[in-house]
Amino acid sequence: MKADFHQARRDAPAGRRASDSVSTGRAVWKSLLPWLGVILFLGLFFFYPLVHILWVGLNPAALLAISANSLLVIRETTIFTFYQAGLSTLLTLALGLPAAFLFARYDFPGKRLLRTLTAIPFMLPTVVVAAGFTACLGPRGWLNLALMHIFRLATPPVIFTGTLGAILLAHVFYNTTIVIRIVGNAIAHLDPRLEQAARSLGADPPRLFWHVTLALLRPSILAAALLVFIFDFTSFGVVLLLGGPGFSTLEVAIYTQAMAFLNMPLAALLSLIQLACTLVFSILYSRLIPGTVVSIAPRLNIVARPPGLSRRLFVACLSVFLFLFYLLPLSALPIRSFLRLEADEGQRGQIRYGLTGDYYSALFVNRNNSIFYVPPFEAIGNSLGYAGLTVILSLLLGFPVATALAHPGRLTRLLDPLLMLPLGASAVTLGLGLIISFNHPLFGSQFVLVTSPVLVPVAHTIIALPFVIRTLQPALASIPDRLRQAAAVLGASPRRVWFAVDWPIVARATLSAAVFAFTISLGEFGASSLVVRPEYPTLPIAIARFLSQPGGLNYGQAMAMATILMFVCGLGILLIERLRLPGAGEF
Amino acid sequence: MGMLEIRDLYKSYEGTMLLRGISFSVAATETVCLLGASGSGKSTLLRIIAGLETAEQGQVCWDGEDLAAIPAHRRGFGLVFQDYALFPHMTVGENVAFGLKMLGLSRAEIEARLSGVLEKVNLLHFMDRRVTELSGGEQQRVALARALAPNPNLLMFDEPLGALDRSLREQLMEELRELLHTNRIPAIYVTHDQEEAFKLADRIMLLHNGEIVREGLPAEIWADPGSAWAARFLDVGNILEGTARPDGSIETAAGIFHFPGLPAQPAGDKVNVLIRPAGARRVSNAGAGQPNSLTGVVTDVVFAHERFKVVLAGHLYFYLPEPAQIGERLTLQLSSNALQCLT
Repeated sequence: MKADFHQARRDAPAGRRASDSVSTGRAVWKSLLPWLGVILFLGLFFFYPLVHILWVGLNPAALLAISANSLLVIRETTIFTFYQAGLSTLLTLALGLPAAFLFARYDFPGKRLLRTLTAIPFMLPTVVVAAGFTACLGPRGWLNLALMHIFRLATPPVIFTGTLGAILLAHVFYNTTIVIRIVGNAIAHLDPRLEQAARSLGADPPRLFWHVTLALLRPSILAAALLVFIFDFTSFGVVLLLGGPGFSTLEVAIYTQAMAFLNMPLAALLSLIQLACTLVFSILYSRLIPGTVVSIAPRLNIVARPPGLSRRLFVACLSVFLFLFYLLPLSALPIRSFLRLEADEGQRGQIRYGLTGDYYSALFVNRNNSIFYVPPFEAIGNSLGYAGLTVILSLLLGFPVATALAHPGRLTRLLDPLLMLPLGASAVTLGLGLIISFNHPLFGSQFVLVTSPVLVPVAHTIIALPFVIRTLQPALASIPDRLRQAAAVLGASPRRVWFAVDWPIVARATLSAAVFAFTISLGEFGASSLVVRPEYPTLPIAIARFLSQPGGLNYGQAMAMATILMFVCGLGILLIERLRLPGAGEF
Repeated sequence: MGMLEIRDLYKSYEGTMLLRGISFSVAATETVCLLGASGSGKSTLLRIIAGLETAEQGQVCWDGEDLAAIPAHRRGFGLVFQDYALFPHMTVGENVAFGLKMLGLSRAEIEARLSGVLEKVNLLHFMDRRVTELSGGEQQRVALARALAPNPNLLMFDEPLGALDRSLREQLMEELRELLHTNRIPAIYVTHDQEEAFKLADRIMLLHNGEIVREGLPAEIWADPGSAWAARFLDVGNILEGTARPDGSIETAAGIFHFPGLPAQPAGDKVNVLIRPAGARRVSNAGAGQPNSLTGVVTDVVFAHERFKVVLAGHLYFYLPEPAQIGERLTLQLSSNALQCLT
């Protein structure tokens, strides 16, 4: 039925071709109409800044004036970016592959919980994850404070923040779920009879695993590895917040060159290198994707309790390890935000350790009395405002496009990839483009866009838009015309048809897209760190700022804010999962 | 020369007994067909013999030696799967060479044996093709070549032709028959299709409710299915429920039938009467009421090549050389070897 539906649609234009030539111009304009907003918006705030970056980075004068020091920065950050991403990917595979087998092959108590737990970090803002890791392993974290207390040490014994290990660990924490999903799915769809055939042909267990199981999984492992590599390559918040000043990837270098050294040409050049790399990786990835489905066999594998002692041991050890690895940073954060474990800055005499709400009540006080240090609760307010604007903006722009995409024509197929381009550009590059493109007065007035908070929801909208469209489009496309026709034949007016047939599905998808945009905006860190005005900080920016300041109270407030952010985003993730239509896209 | 012996196998699946006390043996050059309805446990039996599953009780022996401790990859038994289970990441040649590689043969030896076996199944020019590009029949030949290549001690087939269309099945059946006869490898062939079983088997075993209910040469089994279930399953003919009468004849809904030479059943006993459709002769309606005659109204006539399938009211069918008219009243005289009494 579906086939002839498509057939009919494909045939329709052919039949009308004769009259087409007359009204071609009008038809094109009509089909372009839903795209108008998006084209204007992305043109102004994405493509124009991109061209600007190209010009700033590659104009002959800038290239000639490039210093030896800049070249050194470029070389070293590029090498380090590849190095840390490669290492992170290997480590992620080292944990992810056994975990993929664990989830795909075995049944064990707490499996669903553990699966959810491993998937949560992927959607959490980087500042939350960074704060979680410092709460666990940082100089003021649980581990160090406990060790200092037990052994009466003056300085924290475990040095975690500011090491390569911290960056790698956080990357593994973030991206293991990708390997579990992609490779785990491939394992679950492996035809068990292939392994049985190999056994009956004389393959012993090691050779069976190498020649058959692993060989069949190779495309999906490669795809997962490449995707993880892309995420590690473009990682910003983790490297900046956990790596400290000693480590600089391309993303971090773009940020520091632009914001600290005001060296825009170098920042632009780094951006272009970054863009070129991610472009190559993305093309490679899209080439790999068709190979990931190894066999069209339905789920034939029987998921069972692990047989035998050695497998039971494997399942027990790995599941307990994963549980601790994911639970500790996520739980250390909220607990730490309610516990006083050290003296606040300037606090003398008797300190009361233990449960406290101080960190939360301090969020409402402007202690520094400076316009650049607004009280944290204002940052919460700002973030909510930005997120609200992002939701409105991305829905206004995304809804017409998603509707057009739900009934694609030739034109829409051409425009579709254009929409997804912003996904390929990193958030930091996006921010850089905006600040170098809008740093001069507009239209002869005094108004400079960069000095206003307007660019923040604009940047967030560019990032959220692909997700919003990808959430709306399948839902809108899923409404079969037959239902509308059935309702119409039964006597419903077009308006009634829309309310009876479209509205229930559209409402759900719209809510889901809105929550998506809201959550993305709330946690966005990369673009914000360049675009946000210091007097209107967002929550993640404020958390990063408080994390880097000395004093127990500042740290406690960072913990409190990160906890709030974590729970709000967690709620968002949960809502999206609940609202997700079966079969709607992931990632 | 090896010989397989199965002793008293028991196996249950999700609480129901799948195999209850299976015992049989396969001689050195013999092709044995296991014939049973789907779900009768015949695939499970093969997988137990292959070592892919374990039985709860009983033994699988090769030349008198129990194989319980020998894992699947060291049994040297070939298995052809229902949907072939070809390795999708390998070419035709690599698939067939897999077992040879596992034997640890030299490259030259593998090459030689590979082309030999591919030639046997007419696939030599397919060597470098991907298996995903092949048609069903070609895939089936690759699967056969792959199982044959390492010279297995025993070859097992799990409904290998089930997924193919009719004409291709007939052709492959012929090829298989020839291959089994020329190679003289002991083989177990599992199927639910009686046509395949009768064509390929030296010996047939009927599997029902986890037990072997009948075993013998194809002709023996056709001549005497042994039970009403087997006769129905093999589609030997019409089966009527009847009651034994004191004079030794049996009364059914279609008439009273006499069985000369049959030991008399106790009167009132329920028995089944098998009426083979080929042993009937049309007589004039005046002959109605004669012993072993049968009268009915024709409800359907189906052309069946050299003859006609004539269906009478009550779903009784017969093969007659001449067609009859639908609605016509027909009297048939049954020859005594068309009649059989089954318990």
